[in-house]
Amino acid sequence: MSETFLSIQGVRKAFGQTTVVKDFNLEVARGEFVSFLGPSGCGKTTMLRMVAGFEEPTAGRIMIGGKDVTNLKPNQRNIGMVFQAYALFPNLTVSQNIGFGLKVAGASKAEITDRVKEMLSIIKLEGFGDRYPYQLSGGQQQRVALARALAPKPKILLLDEPLSALDAKVRISLREEIRAIQKKLDITTIFVTHDQEEALSMSDRIVVMYDGKAEQVGTPFEIYNRPSTKFVANFVGTLNVLDGTVVDPATATVRINDRDISLKKGQLNGAKAGDVLSLALRPEAIVLGKQDGRDTNLGGQISDVSFLGSVIRVRVGLGKNAVSLDTFNSPASPPPVVGERTEISFSSDDLLVLH
Amino acid sequence: MKPSRFWAWLTFALGAAYFFIPLIATFEFSLRMRRGEYSFDAYRVVFGDVRFQETFAYSTIIACFTIVIGVLLVVPTAYWIRLRMPQIRPVVEFITLLPLIIPAIVIVFGYIRMYGSNSPLPFLATTRGTDVLLMIGYATLALPYMYRAVDTGLRTIDVRTLTEAAQVHGAGWTTIIVRIILPNVLIAVLSGAFLTFAIVIGEFTMASLLNRPAFGPYLQNIGANRAYEPAALAVISFAITWGCMSVIQVLARFAPKSANNPN
Repeated sequence: MSETFLSIQGVRKAFGQTTVVKDFNLEVARGEFVSFLGPSGCGKTTMLRMVAGFEEPTAGRIMIGGKDVTNLKPNQRNIGMVFQAYALFPNLTVSQNIGFGLKVAGASKAEITDRVKEMLSIIKLEGFGDRYPYQLSGGQQQRVALARALAPKPKILLLDEPLSALDAKVRISLREEIRAIQKKLDITTIFVTHDQEEALSMSDRIVVMYDGKAEQVGTPFEIYNRPSTKFVANFVGTLNVLDGTVVDPATATVRINDRDISLKKGQLNGAKAGDVLSLALRPEAIVLGKQDGRDTNLGGQISDVSFLGSVIRVRVGLGKNAVSLDTFNSPASPPPVVGERTEISFSSDDLLVLH
Repeated sequence: MKPSRFWAWLTFALGAAYFFIPLIATFEFSLRMRRGEYSFDAYRVVFGDVRFQETFAYSTIIACFTIVIGVLLVVPTAYWIRLRMPQIRPVVEFITLLPLIIPAIVIVFGYIRMYGSNSPLPFLATTRGTDVLLMIGYATLALPYMYRAVDTGLRTIDVRTLTEAAQVHGAGWTTIIVRIILPNVLIAVLSGAFLTFAIVIGEFTMASLLNRPAFGPYLQNIGANRAYEPAALAVISFAITWGCMSVIQVLARFAPKSANNPN
């Protein structure tokens, strides 16, 4: 990782007896886009608000550009922030909203006019400068909010679930736009979301949070493919969990539905013979029927078929276990039928042991 | 006409009659000063009376200063309670309601005892000091209306998020209140201001007991000694009140519109 720009060191936040952020540590490089991903109440917004200065950490410190900002007020941190509810000032026009931070900072009129023009061009809303927020759609308002946050050239951009109030189509186009602008301006960005798809598609790195702690920090690829805890595996993406009994710890062999399967060495993590392990498998790692290159087959019965358009989601019962898998829809072949006996195959390398 | 509509219209007509008949009768009586014909003589006398001009001007000036005191007191208080201390809102609401429960005469006697010439704060020792005390007293009387108007205005905006958005963009408290909060609750503030104005213009007890030349004591004095002029003054007072309400309605059209509630 290149030079650290934002450093969060041992931060804890308690409200009375309740600790909502526990010993949080994170180093963010300059220009990096990091997402805080987690369910409601996991502490991600509180952590973001501490970076912004709206909440004071109970312990720990926050450094921006090598400077300790833990005790600085929000208006002294030079941070840009976009809120879930847009938070545009209703009494100001689009131009005045964008120029607000610059005006407060005492910039000259010409400087403000130039920067506002530049920002309107970046967010592709030229000609909207004289409109009021109520005359804009939700997506346009959020773009103005982004321009307002970026206009004073902040050190860090904070995005607090900026897409969650928008409809699905606008959300997708806006997240691409936000990412493109962030890359263009090379601004260090923290993005808070509970939407895994947003986090996976936009981020350089993701911090998956649960119960006030960072469960795992990694690239989207690592988070999805190599979840380090049961929570991360369950929260990010769809996951099949199979029960497997350890047969031989020396060879990392486990038994699933009377079939012995060899796992990668070291995956058992000290489990003893007879221990029951939770083994995770992504739906895309499983195929219906036998297939070359996949070393494990299990017999089962189709218990449910859901037609989702381009894909068909099939649920297969495997004794006491059950898995979901996706097959592409093909007009030439009929979809699987509920009650049919079938086989599934997968590569044992794709099995993850959840701890 | 549907039966439900008939009853609705009947209720409306009875209500309107209850309100308008005394007003029309007062207006009609105010025109009878000249024997045998209608005229605006009573209004001419009232407007020509130097005491009317002086007392009305005095009360208008006092009302303006009272509004300033009210805005300076209520806007930051209501804002801060919404932002940081929502738990004490019931207590503040109760306090702001007290002027409706405690008669003005009790308040003014309290003032006379507390702020006499021998007290550490001798407001009553000078004429200007008494004027200031009168304004503070009026601000207290108008508190229930001003506080509620401003609080209702604050309820229509997301105070916390707007404050945080302004803060994160570098604004301090004065900028936030003057440039963001106040413009967005301006109509509510103006509603409170005009209600304050209406209260101050007609108030008698405080002005009379503090011996100030206000419009309220003048109204009382004219009412006790003349026949037609009090009726003319009553109609003028109504016109002032309605004028204030009309201004509120007109200004409401220019209120900053919320993005979520553009109408």
